[in-house]
Amino acid sequence: MPPGITFGDFYNILPELVLTAGSLVVLIADVLLPRRSGGWLAWITLIVIGATLASLVPFRETRVEVANGLIAVDQFALFFKVVFLGAAALTVLMSVRYLEIEGASPGEYYFLILCATLGMMIMAGGIDLITIFIGLETMAVSFYILAGFIKPNQRSNEAAVKYFLLGAFSLGILLYGMSLMYGLSGTTNLRVMAMTFAGQESDPRLILAVMLVAAGVGFKIAAVPFHMWAPDVYEGAPTPITAFLSVGSTAASFAMLLRIFLEGLPSMKPEWRVLFEGLAIVTMTVGNLAALTQSNLKRMLAYSSIAHAGYVLIGVVAGTPRGVAAMLIYVLVYAFMQLGAFIVIVLMRRQDIVGDELKDFSGLHVRHPFAAFAMLMFMLSLGGIPPTAGFMGKFWLFGAAIDAGYVWLAVIGVLNSAISLYYYIRIVVFMYVKKETAGSEPTMSPALGIALAVAVIATIALGVYPRLLFELAEASARTLGAAAITTAIR
Amino acid sequence: MPTLNQYLVLSATLFAIGTAGVFIRRNLITILLSIEIMLNAVNLTFVAFGRALGAVDGQILVFFVITVAAAEAAVGLAIVIGLFRHSESLNPDSFASLKW
Repeated sequence: MPPGITFGDFYNILPELVLTAGSLVVLIADVLLPRRSGGWLAWITLIVIGATLASLVPFRETRVEVANGLIAVDQFALFFKVVFLGAAALTVLMSVRYLEIEGASPGEYYFLILCATLGMMIMAGGIDLITIFIGLETMAVSFYILAGFIKPNQRSNEAAVKYFLLGAFSLGILLYGMSLMYGLSGTTNLRVMAMTFAGQESDPRLILAVMLVAAGVGFKIAAVPFHMWAPDVYEGAPTPITAFLSVGSTAASFAMLLRIFLEGLPSMKPEWRVLFEGLAIVTMTVGNLAALTQSNLKRMLAYSSIAHAGYVLIGVVAGTPRGVAAMLIYVLVYAFMQLGAFIVIVLMRRQDIVGDELKDFSGLHVRHPFAAFAMLMFMLSLGGIPPTAGFMGKFWLFGAAIDAGYVWLAVIGVLNSAISLYYYIRIVVFMYVKKETAGSEPTMSPALGIALAVAVIATIALGVYPRLLFELAEASARTLGAAAITTAIR
Repeated sequence: MPTLNQYLVLSATLFAIGTAGVFIRRNLITILLSIEIMLNAVNLTFVAFGRALGAVDGQILVFFVITVAAAEAAVGLAIVIGLFRHSESLNPDSFASLKW
């Protein structure tokens, strides 16, 4: 293997370089621009995100390994990168007003959002333990700070401490598993590792490594029983950060999970399949049952996002290209509906009212018909009702499970969707049926309006016309260690 | 010269001590220290494997782990200080404004 990094390597990581340079521009602009210019910073951040998206265009067909196999540039990574950048853009749009109300300094805030996005992009591309680890930590450390960004608010501080402690603890577990993987294979590169492990007797130490890595990743995607941090962090963190955390961080962790298990450990498929099967069932069920009793909307969405992580895990259990494609679709669809729901919660935020309690939503359709309609669409989509994108996502996921011979797993998924409808519909009942309008007046701003419109249109359009998305997702899924996947199928 | 297995037993013991510390100790700073012990157990495993395999990948990864652990400790201590200003306490059980 030739040492050194060539100029071509730098060209292939152009999007990451653009994002890094852009995040520094935001940091410098914060110093140069006069105080109270948070709006300008938000637009600069959006331009940086747009430039990064544009720099992804030349890599639509690229499939290479960069820097001696540290990062893969392929359609799988590309799909995730688009999801991350889209989620970051919507997060920035919903943050402008929120930061003004909270009186927090915007400079470092937008910089950290871009840093977290950069970490996610590296996680999606990483095919080496070193790059995956660095990407994960770039993302996680940014989120630790962002979760506690509203310093005068004790709840925000508590959320940061809890997220940090459990995040660091899970990092230790994940790294210990990675160290065993390295020791048993003699390489940090996942693709070389897969070749080393192929045809080997399954070693009990390797099974331990699989369990440790699964537990470490389980913390990041908030799979039961590693979900304890999620409700507290989601409730305490600033609302836009909660939204970005639940969409971006979870999606990036799923990308990492697929890279490690499908690219690095396909030979252990029977073992980790059983593991994720159990995790998926427990996560779906516990998440949905716990969400039933919540009266705080952010907390309810936390449990609902735990349940959704359980649905997505079904795709990992299937482990086929179709299952991976279904996961990609679900991650994208979920990004729009989950971010959309959080945009509506941000709308309810006023100087004195947090606006995340269920009662704040009573009679919303009288006060703000568009916000109520948007929330209705997001709730239907999260619950998986037909004309919306959430239905298509669940349809492909459960279809992939049946395709791979896991009919009863799909049945449990459908039963869980039925349970989840109860608490999603409850919000709709509060908005449309309740007469008293005790809550606050929602305040719209141009940025919030754009973000909300984008989320609603995407949620409906992807439900009505999913064909293009499905073709893209399937092509992307095929690039994920294609050889590894096909050899592991029985 | 200690053998690879002796190193691995030592690092597994360290890892267990760190994990136990996270669950047993009721002080945020001590919990942080326990997490650092876990990360050092990881470092020892990487270095021991790297030496046994005659490869440098393990040692290189350890550099990254040390750097990231330092960054994480800096951020973590800042977050803990921020919380201490509100509550004047380092006991995780006393933070009840969010259901733990």
